[in-house]
Amino acid sequence: METRVRQSVRATLGAAVWACLLALLTALVLPLLASAAQASGEAPPVPGIEQEPTQAEPVPAPSGEPAVGGDEPADAGEAEGPEALQGRLRFENEPVEGAVITVSTPDGDEIEAVETDDEGSWRVPVPGPGDYVVTLDEDSLPEDVSVREGTRADLTVTVNPGQARNVLFPLGEGGRQVSGTLDRFIQLTVEGLQFGLIIALAAVGLSLIFGTTGLVNFSHGELVTLGAITAYYLSAGLGLPFLLAAPIAVVIAGALGGVQDRVLWRPLRKAGTGLIAMMIVTIGLALLVRAFFQYQFGAGSRSFPAYTTQAGIDLGLFSLTPRAMWSMAIATTVLLLVALALLKTRIGKATRAVADNPNLAASSGIDVDRVISVVWVAGAALAGLAGILLGLAQQVNFQLGFQILLLTFAAVTLGGLGTAFGALVGSLVVGVFLQVSTLVIPSELKNAGALAILIVILLVRPQGILGRAERVG
Amino acid sequence: MDWGLIITNALRAAVGLEAVIFGLAAIGLNVHFGYTGLLNFGQSAFLGVAGYGLAISVAQFQLPTLVGVAIGLLGAVVLALLLGIPTLRLRADYLAIVTIAAAEIVRLLFRSVTLSEYTGGSDGLGRFAEGFYSVNPYGPGRYGIGPVDFNERVFWAITVGWILVALSCLLIWLLMRSPWGRVLKAIREDEDAVRSLGKNVYAYKMQSLVLGGVIGSLGGFIYAWGNAAVQPDFFGTETTFFCYAIVILGGAARVLGPVVGAMIFWALLSFADNALAQAQSAGYISPAILSTFERGAVRIMLVGAGIMALIIFRPQGLFGDRKELQLDAR
Repeated sequence: METRVRQSVRATLGAAVWACLLALLTALVLPLLASAAQASGEAPPVPGIEQEPTQAEPVPAPSGEPAVGGDEPADAGEAEGPEALQGRLRFENEPVEGAVITVSTPDGDEIEAVETDDEGSWRVPVPGPGDYVVTLDEDSLPEDVSVREGTRADLTVTVNPGQARNVLFPLGEGGRQVSGTLDRFIQLTVEGLQFGLIIALAAVGLSLIFGTTGLVNFSHGELVTLGAITAYYLSAGLGLPFLLAAPIAVVIAGALGGVQDRVLWRPLRKAGTGLIAMMIVTIGLALLVRAFFQYQFGAGSRSFPAYTTQAGIDLGLFSLTPRAMWSMAIATTVLLLVALALLKTRIGKATRAVADNPNLAASSGIDVDRVISVVWVAGAALAGLAGILLGLAQQVNFQLGFQILLLTFAAVTLGGLGTAFGALVGSLVVGVFLQVSTLVIPSELKNAGALAILIVILLVRPQGILGRAERVG
Repeated sequence: MDWGLIITNALRAAVGLEAVIFGLAAIGLNVHFGYTGLLNFGQSAFLGVAGYGLAISVAQFQLPTLVGVAIGLLGAVVLALLLGIPTLRLRADYLAIVTIAAAEIVRLLFRSVTLSEYTGGSDGLGRFAEGFYSVNPYGPGRYGIGPVDFNERVFWAITVGWILVALSCLLIWLLMRSPWGRVLKAIREDEDAVRSLGKNVYAYKMQSLVLGGVIGSLGGFIYAWGNAAVQPDFFGTETTFFCYAIVILGGAARVLGPVVGAMIFWALLSFADNALAQAQSAGYISPAILSTFERGAVRIMLVGAGIMALIIFRPQGLFGDRKELQLDAR
């Protein structure tokens, strides 16, 4: 009979060996897909910034992204010094081309008027440090795009000596015509439901993993990103039609979730590792996997090769692009299937039993390890699907999952940690609140708003909407 | 491969600015996590509030540097209270989620365009450090031991930093030997037992949160002065996770654990960075495998893998005591 110490050592060594093999496998497979992506004429990834990566603003949202500070050399033959004004106009992560920006002195003398290029960038060298007025000609913007409500199209900025100053024009939807608040409310609610359904896919897995194993999985976001990136490589790299690449990516994500449980979490559970220790392992795993995605995919954003720009279809009360409608339909169908499975099938009932009380479930004959494996596979597959739908709604980048991770946690906590239906309800609430809140708070702070609501809810009802009212302290 | 340069840079990183900043942040986190068992995942917010409190006071309102410091410290205390009031009655994993959320809110506020009139938005703030450097006793030149040297501005910043580290460690050592410290450690082990002995657990946790937050905020000051600028993206979750790696590496619940952890952490990162860079330029690693831009990602991969390996194989870190570990608790 082996001593417990030796068992622990064996378990952990085994876990380490398997983890290395898994890493090796992914490291060997993905570069093959990546080189296929390169060979098929894909543009090389945008070079990353060589320090801790900046966390991009979470989406979806109409937003203007500030450009990274300019280290560009001054154009030969133009202004004398290094002082300049520059920026990048983006709307819903797409560059805005052809917009006219005028820079003048505060007295009104025009210095230069430029147009944004095909990346939305513009730059005006200025004669020296001081104050300047930067004006965005709203008539030169595409239809239905204007500066966000509450912000101005003409800004007075100060240029310091030697500074190439970024100027930000946050862009918003709605055009110049005043759309009724009720219209916008309905539109935002629908968008919120769309986003909430995507979060629900990720949140259900997260909540079930917590319910069955007690593990707060900070690496769940990376499963989301995995789905998106795998679908990208399958469709853009190997050239598979998107409707084939997406299910394959979901299957791969699910398989990797199951492997993760077998290789990493089950040995740790058997070795008696504490929950807090396992949570920190998920943090380390998240850092590792996310940085690996950054290494492999690059720091830029890329779209799926299909279904890129679509016009919204006006449905009277609101308008949606076809891909948004499909995304909602697919998410709703999948979530209904998951709900049915949890309610009607044997494994579903076993899952709910284990999530409720693992010891009691085990003593009634349920194979807890098998249930946990199923939960990991299903949760990872759902997260992968969420990543694909999210990548459709916006572009794919290595931080895709991490950006929604906190919102997913908010949704799960709001709905009740450990219950799948709670996760669903919480996600819809978070999604709708996120979008509708932009009626009163600036769009860039909507994530902060959602997180603030999370904190408030925890004050009032810590077990969440559908959680059991047990002592959570 | 210039090993001399690699080693010199590693030694420089071990005593340099990052080690001091993260050392102070980790000492604070050690009070939360190592001694009290609080899963505070928002430590970077304390650094941010202190750094921005100082920067905004001096740069935007032209207040004296010491007043800026006082405002920064006050901000850290207020943040600790704000974080503590809703969460200290909740379970450890709820505290983790809420503190991450709170830190992200703080970062988003600093980064926002709406407040950029005060905070400088995503560009950050500068022009507030002259008060600090005007009292620099070191004249222009390079100071250090042998090849491990710094210019006089950085040397002044790390001098102040290491003095703060020493004072903090002394304070922690004294506190943790006192009855107050013993109650903290008891709370980490079994909160209900402490409550049944009549101690106000909530108050002790709050005090621990404030103390750890204030010490961590000192790191924010050194960051602000050392770089003569504050940038919102430094105060994100990655900084907090680096702090956790440092606390666990050095050994939680040990006075010098976070300090040694910070020194070794940055020395290792610098070593890996420089070794990779030299291997690249010497041609040992082909650009197909690793381009210049991807080195940053490799560095973070190393941290992530390191955290996992540490927790799985040696959760008590280098100097910790396995018996004192809160990580084994369910």
